Amino acid sequence: MKEELFVSGRNIPNIDPTLNIWHWQIPSYLFLGGLAAGILFFAGIFTIMGKEDKMAATVKKAPMLAPIALILGLFLLFMDLKHKLWFWQLYTTIRLESPMGWGAWVLMIMTPISLVWSASYMTELFPKWDWKFKILKTFEAWVIKNRILIAWPMVIYAVILGIYTGILLSAFNARPLWNTSILGPLFLVSGMSTGAAVILLISKDHKERKIMGKIDILLIVIELFFITHLFMGYKAGSEAQIDAVNLFLGGSFTAPFFAFVVVLGLIFPALLETMELRGYKIPIVVPAVLILLGGLIFRFLIVEAGQITRYLY
Amino acid sequence: MRYAMAIDTRKCVGCSDCVVACQTENDVPLGFCRDWVKEVVDGTYPNVSIELRSERCNHCANSPCVRCCPTGASHFEDGGIVLVEHNKCIGCGACIESCPYEARYSHPDGYVDKCTFCIHRVRQGSDPACVSVCPTRCMYFGDLEDPNSRLVNVLKNRKFKSLAPEAGTKPQIFYLL
Repeated sequence: MKEELFVSGRNIPNIDPTLNIWHWQIPSYLFLGGLAAGILFFAGIFTIMGKEDKMAATVKKAPMLAPIALILGLFLLFMDLKHKLWFWQLYTTIRLESPMGWGAWVLMIMTPISLVWSASYMTELFPKWDWKFKILKTFEAWVIKNRILIAWPMVIYAVILGIYTGILLSAFNARPLWNTSILGPLFLVSGMSTGAAVILLISKDHKERKIMGKIDILLIVIELFFITHLFMGYKAGSEAQIDAVNLFLGGSFTAPFFAFVVVLGLIFPALLETMELRGYKIPIVVPAVLILLGGLIFRFLIVEAGQITRYLY
Repeated sequence: MRYAMAIDTRKCVGCSDCVVACQTENDVPLGFCRDWVKEVVDGTYPNVSIELRSERCNHCANSPCVRCCPTGASHFEDGGIVLVEHNKCIGCGACIESCPYEARYSHPDGYVDKCTFCIHRVRQGSDPACVSVCPTRCMYFGDLEDPNSRLVNVLKNRKFKSLAPEAGTKPQIFYLL
């Protein structure tokens, strides 16, 4: 058994006794980023498939929320910076080795794309909307003509953004709980599932809901598989990783993780959605909100728990 | 040139002089420290062993903090010293998360701060403050590539370890056993 004691005294705020540098802003941003990535992915993919009119809520209405989520997320990231006025340095450097560096650039590309996308549907959704200036109207006409041209980069960048929310964490070797390559795909799938939940909330079309419901169930099954895989990987890992996963398998994060994320956030809503597809009358609000809450709590728990885990030496 | 440090765990008495010297030399704000002394007790009574370790930034050769810094504020100086350029640091906290040794902290002024190996003293040919003040002379600072340095000599003749080498950071502070 090893016991450590700071003989010289050391109690640095947010670092001792356990690291707690990233607070609520980061998991909230990871949630919003994943959500926007999910929404934009579906909007893009169904446009490429030529189903804009059959999937109206997915392609036209839900993307209105994406720029709001992204801008709010960017604002939260800004709030988290401790040297705020220097933030612009993110955009005067290109550091491909730094996940946070290229994440900032992905957001810089994705936010304008999402703004253009939702703006191009403003006149269709709100007939009274007027862009006022001629140049904006010409641009709108061009975008409407070339939607597929925008949909492709949008889908690709949505996947990158979704994976990035996980890679931001997994790139930290010093935090054994985060340091696994499956975190990227896991956060991507979880983000897509929350995006699908938002579309389910917005859509009024029964057929569209059915398609999105099926997709969502598939995503939840993949997510559960990834979570199992994640834990298996840790259990077979080094001591630091075993200690990390034990926080979720018997440790202090076990109850909130299994209750709010696995059961109430994944399994239960998947069951409700399956029952709805089988013809039972279930208000879609229930599974959709549970999935959203589950996704949010999932990110809070991973960020919080990851910071506690460390190497022992 | 590759600056490094060897610290004798058998000579260290845990007096914390190195900590105070650093705080004074580098104007470290109250309540923070760039180095610290850890006492590690291993085993169960009556078979216990104790180790005293003066710890600080390991100035890793494969620094996760330099790798993950989005603005390039964390960088390598001559001799592999890892430094933070205050005017480039945005305070995102990525480097603090990435350090397995928890050697970095957020300075009250916003930027991230840590041990500099007293680069201002080293450039003038003196030892870092912690090394020069140590009453038991348990620390050796020098150039690993200079075969005649005391540092290389002591590493040749003694067994030593580095902290959490499995983290892959290639730490450059060696603890003599």
